[in-house]
Amino acid sequence: MMTQRQSRLSGFDNRTLFLLGDEAAAYGALYAGCDFFAGYPITPASEIAEVMSRELPRVDGYYVQMEDEIASLSAVIGAVWAGAKAMTATSGPGFSLMQENIGYAIMTETPCVIIDVQRSGPSTGQATKPAQGDVLQARWGTHGDHEIIALAPSSVQECFELTVESFNLAEKYRIPVILLMDGEIGHLRESITFPAYEDVAREERRLAEPEVESFGGEDVPPMSHFGEGRFIHVTGSTHKASGMRDVSTQAVHEDLVTRLCRKIVDACAEISSVEEDFVDGAKIGVLAYGATARPARGAVLEARRAGCAVDFLRLITIWPFPEEAVKRLADRVDTILVPEMNLGQIAREVERFTAAPVLPLSKIGGVPHTIDEILDAIRANGSGSGSTVGQRP
Amino acid sequence: MPSQDARVQQMIEINEELCKGCDICIDFCPLQVLAISEIINRKGYYPPKVVDEEKCIGCRLCELVCPEFAITICNE
Amino acid sequence: MNDEPIIPGPARPLKPHRLLKFLRQEILPTAFCPGCGCGTVLNSFAQAVEELSIDPKDMVFVTGIGCSSWIPSPYFKGDTLHTTHGRPIAFATGVKIMRPDLKVVVIAGDGDIAGIGGNHLVHAARRNIDITVLMVNNWNYGMTGGQVSPATPFGVPTTTTPYDNPEHPLEAAELVAAAGANYVSRWTTYHVFPLMESIQKALEIEGFSFIEILSQCPVSYGKMVDMRRASDFLKFYRDQSVRVHKAKEMSAEELEGKIVVGKLVERQRSEFVTSLRRINERFREG
Repeated sequence: MMTQRQSRLSGFDNRTLFLLGDEAAAYGALYAGCDFFAGYPITPASEIAEVMSRELPRVDGYYVQMEDEIASLSAVIGAVWAGAKAMTATSGPGFSLMQENIGYAIMTETPCVIIDVQRSGPSTGQATKPAQGDVLQARWGTHGDHEIIALAPSSVQECFELTVESFNLAEKYRIPVILLMDGEIGHLRESITFPAYEDVAREERRLAEPEVESFGGEDVPPMSHFGEGRFIHVTGSTHKASGMRDVSTQAVHEDLVTRLCRKIVDACAEISSVEEDFVDGAKIGVLAYGATARPARGAVLEARRAGCAVDFLRLITIWPFPEEAVKRLADRVDTILVPEMNLGQIAREVERFTAAPVLPLSKIGGVPHTIDEILDAIRANGSGSGSTVGQRP
Repeated sequence: MPSQDARVQQMIEINEELCKGCDICIDFCPLQVLAISEIINRKGYYPPKVVDEEKCIGCRLCELVCPEFAITICNE
Repeated sequence: MNDEPIIPGPARPLKPHRLLKFLRQEILPTAFCPGCGCGTVLNSFAQAVEELSIDPKDMVFVTGIGCSSWIPSPYFKGDTLHTTHGRPIAFATGVKIMRPDLKVVVIAGDGDIAGIGGNHLVHAARRNIDITVLMVNNWNYGMTGGQVSPATPFGVPTTTTPYDNPEHPLEAAELVAAAGANYVSRWTTYHVFPLMESIQKALEIEGFSFIEILSQCPVSYGKMVDMRRASDFLKFYRDQSVRVHKAKEMSAEELEGKIVVGKLVERQRSEFVTSLRRINERFREG
């Protein structure tokens, strides 16, 4: 017997459609089993909400437009504890508002997905223009020690696939997962081929057996839902394995926070996903992610055609930082070029793993890099010595 | 609700260990059944004592107004 | 605690308080200050649950940050979502949409509900979502030491209005009534019997139900206004309160400084989650 969701979505099976990245992400959520969306309109993420409002009732899910982004993530977290797989989507200003509740979701181990279709900031910035300025906010935006998972798609197809992956990682590690899209990818329209509904791998929620505690005991404890008569206590305050608050015992806090970090740090290799395209004799490597990976790949291919060996590394997982892949690249080349639509946020992170020069190729102002801009930088630095780009402001 | 039959004997149960000595029950008992006791509990508060149980009509005001669930009326 | 009680044990074994079954008894007595009205609200709430014979398994409590959020969390033995400051109504919205069969109850203070979370309050009332909100109004931020709140009366000194409060308080109950809630009342911890009955009504009614409960803070607030005993507040509530129907016949000047108590609104506007779920029925097969 087909579920309503199955029968609705299997209509897309193996079809190729011409969609926005935003739309593809929304369909990814539906394929992943999302049955609750709360959001607030914002460019360039509103199309995600529009698709969810249209499709969720057709798969027996619920859409609610809240009064702001704080309320949106609040409602998402509430829905998850009531049994939902839930998501919200926003852009920079809304993402800033969500930071406190992202910390709450980390502390309470609430699996959920937050899509941030990044736009040019700070503040209202260039509301309709793309940027990659939130990558460090995704890592450190909420207060206190914590780890996070964040992924960055580079194509419309990947918007779909990484949204599914975000839901799966959220369930597997009981953590909020941030999909770091950008306005360029969100508003890019290109073809996407849907998988067959039954071929999509879905991580189901692991629920606790009676008497098993939901906030400790193992690195990723099983969850409990409301309404099961277990009288669970969910709090953003420091708590014991039972969930009950204990804010005055040093060891309770240390055990909790180190476990919340350890469950991600220890799984870094498993979570990390990158695209490595290495060639013999490369003296320079290009490291990119999200929309910027597209002109970066173009420049790498052009350079190779012109006889210059260049390595290419695309980060699909941004957090936890795929340090092993970055180290592999750093061991091979003399120079790493990092084009990004910000003033060198990931370039700085790359510097932590290599003694070789890391050259940020920053571009802000809402216009993506061109292939030629990146190609020129490869040409200027391809010999592995000296630098003509990347002076940090 | 106030008992219609004031002659029914009420039993006032005071859990001294839960009491924090706020005296609301003493101040608002309509028939002055309660008073501050001379004893002190483990937390250092003076719980109320029953001085005139026979006057109690079992209105349960003390029971419902008590912030600590420290006083209850048992109709026997 | 190892020390022996200084008091003699009771002459006969105590009959257990019949409402203790609703509480996490192992953590009693509460952490509330002596005479705090939060315990009285908890008491009235537990009594209402008892009167309605609601199984606590069918309830979810959602709270914020502050003294009154501790009323259900951790004391009432039920599923509890203790959220970020100001956001319990928004969290509760997600819970209720997914589990309309559960009674979702928000208990939080004037800071949470009328201050930082005021916008969520207005919009939840506008949606008329089937949630019960008890706003425990103690006229100040008590947990942080007695700062001015959006509900602090005009002209009153607090730790952050040392020269008296220059702002007017928000009349939260009237606001919620105007925003579209199905049930709104205001009571105080002096009016325990009508308060308990009002909580019953709020729990029963479909749609957004809101009770503003004036509740004493003899420690943080009382220290600034020389009302250091709980009874000082209860006498004030008793003497200054005016029933809704009486208040209608009074002038604005006569109502100055008065506390209007009673039911402000009871109506049957359509409820949000019911309407939301009705949309899904259009697409249900068979």
